[in-house]
Amino acid sequence: MNSDPIIQVKNLHKWYSGVHALKDVTLDFSRNETVGLVGDNGAGKSTLINLLSGMQSPTEGEIFFEGNKVSFKGPADAMEAGIETIYQYNSMVPTMSIARNMFIGREPMKYSIGGIGILDTKKMAVESVQAIADVDLHLRSPDALVGELSGGQRQGVAIARAMHFKSKVMILDEPTNHLAVKETQKVLGFIKSLKTLGIPGIFISHNIHHVFECCDRMVAMARGEVVLNKRVEDTNMTEILEVL
Amino acid sequence: MVILTIVFQARSGGVFLNAVNLQGILGLLPEVALVAMGVTLLMICGEFDLSVGSVFALTPMSMAVLLEAGWPFLPAISVGLFVAMAVGFVNGVLTVKFAIPSFITTLGMLFVARSMTVVISGGFPPLLPLNVIPKWLFVTYVGPGDMFRVSFIWFVVIAVGMTLLLSRTNFGNWVRATGGFLPAAKSMGIPTKRVKIACFMICSLLAGFAGTLQVMRLGAPLPSIGEGLELQAVAAAVIGGTALTGGIGTILGGIIGATLIRVIDNGLVLSQVDANWFKMALGALTVFAVILNAWLRKKAKSIKVETGK
Repeated sequence: MNSDPIIQVKNLHKWYSGVHALKDVTLDFSRNETVGLVGDNGAGKSTLINLLSGMQSPTEGEIFFEGNKVSFKGPADAMEAGIETIYQYNSMVPTMSIARNMFIGREPMKYSIGGIGILDTKKMAVESVQAIADVDLHLRSPDALVGELSGGQRQGVAIARAMHFKSKVMILDEPTNHLAVKETQKVLGFIKSLKTLGIPGIFISHNIHHVFECCDRMVAMARGEVVLNKRVEDTNMTEILEVL
Repeated sequence: MVILTIVFQARSGGVFLNAVNLQGILGLLPEVALVAMGVTLLMICGEFDLSVGSVFALTPMSMAVLLEAGWPFLPAISVGLFVAMAVGFVNGVLTVKFAIPSFITTLGMLFVARSMTVVISGGFPPLLPLNVIPKWLFVTYVGPGDMFRVSFIWFVVIAVGMTLLLSRTNFGNWVRATGGFLPAAKSMGIPTKRVKIACFMICSLLAGFAGTLQVMRLGAPLPSIGEGLELQAVAAAVIGGTALTGGIGTILGGIIGATLIRVIDNGLVLSQVDANWFKMALGALTVFAVILNAWLRKKAKSIKVETGK
């Protein structure tokens, strides 16, 4: 495995109708590393993530993925490239089954015309059972509705989905928000397991403890800028709280 | 429904289930049920269409005006259905582009389309040149004992098609995701705007087709047909278990809802109840169905929680 960064962002700027949300951000995310991204509300974390996941495009600056310059036109492009984003709430549809949620937007089809076709439901069921078992999650049936799962289980399914589609980078946007303590531990466990699987991750959180627990490098943002970028062993909680 | 059937059968002195009456119900059903199906699909997608009743009138009126002007049948009906789809397209684009509630967009369209219907009819409904309409293709009676009209076959085919579309295709998956939880659908890269516009168009198209069927059955395009139909269609969808919040519902449910409405309407008339009670029954049934659905869902949830783990 080579050591050059999987994602590089250079001089990234983002303006929202007069608000300078992201100011000249330059960062490298290397392979084999889980990066913790911390910062207060409005610090620019979510903006950066939105640019990486294709939800928005930068006003200025460049994004390189595996050394190639990319400009995502939408989330589908980013997912196609291999960047999977897991949001705190909105990555699952509660009224749909686990199997269907696994494959939203990437449904396996028996045959199709012009992008619309008949679903291969058998394949969906089999593969989702496998994917869920792979992340060590035990659920009764792929036909259970996601709305019946607990918050932690939902994140587990989302992570299983990302793994199943062989994503090259996983972005986790506040995955532990609104979760019970036990559930939070479970999700942190998932994040730690990313490293053993060799999938680089970017973990965004308000909770610095959580980030320290499972990341290799800390990036702190404030007022749209990167104010700290150090290996976990070279920094500590106090220093980070000071710069925020 | 079984209970209703028995009650109506008894009250009407056996008329309810006789062949002529069933023929009548089955002849009318496709028209309402087609509209209900479209509305159901759109509601699952998380949007509303109040303009279906007006499209129900506008489509056949466009066709009739063109027929009167000497157009052959096929181009005339194509233009009519195209008008219906165009209305759906406008509804959809306005709703998603300006991010306004479809309730408002389609309420506006309800008036616009109705007004256009009256305007193009010139105040006097044109006579349908009956000789150019291939009646055998749409409204003649077929089947054992002439039980069905051909429109019923159209209805069955479309119903099966719609059910498969919703439950077996990736498009159906997108519709459910879009209506179930929009942010998730978006973040998974589903073109939610296009999905919504497509649903608006399908809904409108079905309403237009249903109106065309009715006009061909009646033989004259009245500008006033389909008034109040939009609310009946919503009622049918809701009775069939479709959630107003989107994401939940089935095409079959919409059809069952529409059938119930037809049966009640017809049954009340035959039971010699004052016809004005119909809306009361419809209203009560709608509210009752929603309460029942909510209760069942809660019940199902608690059972699952108990047996879960």
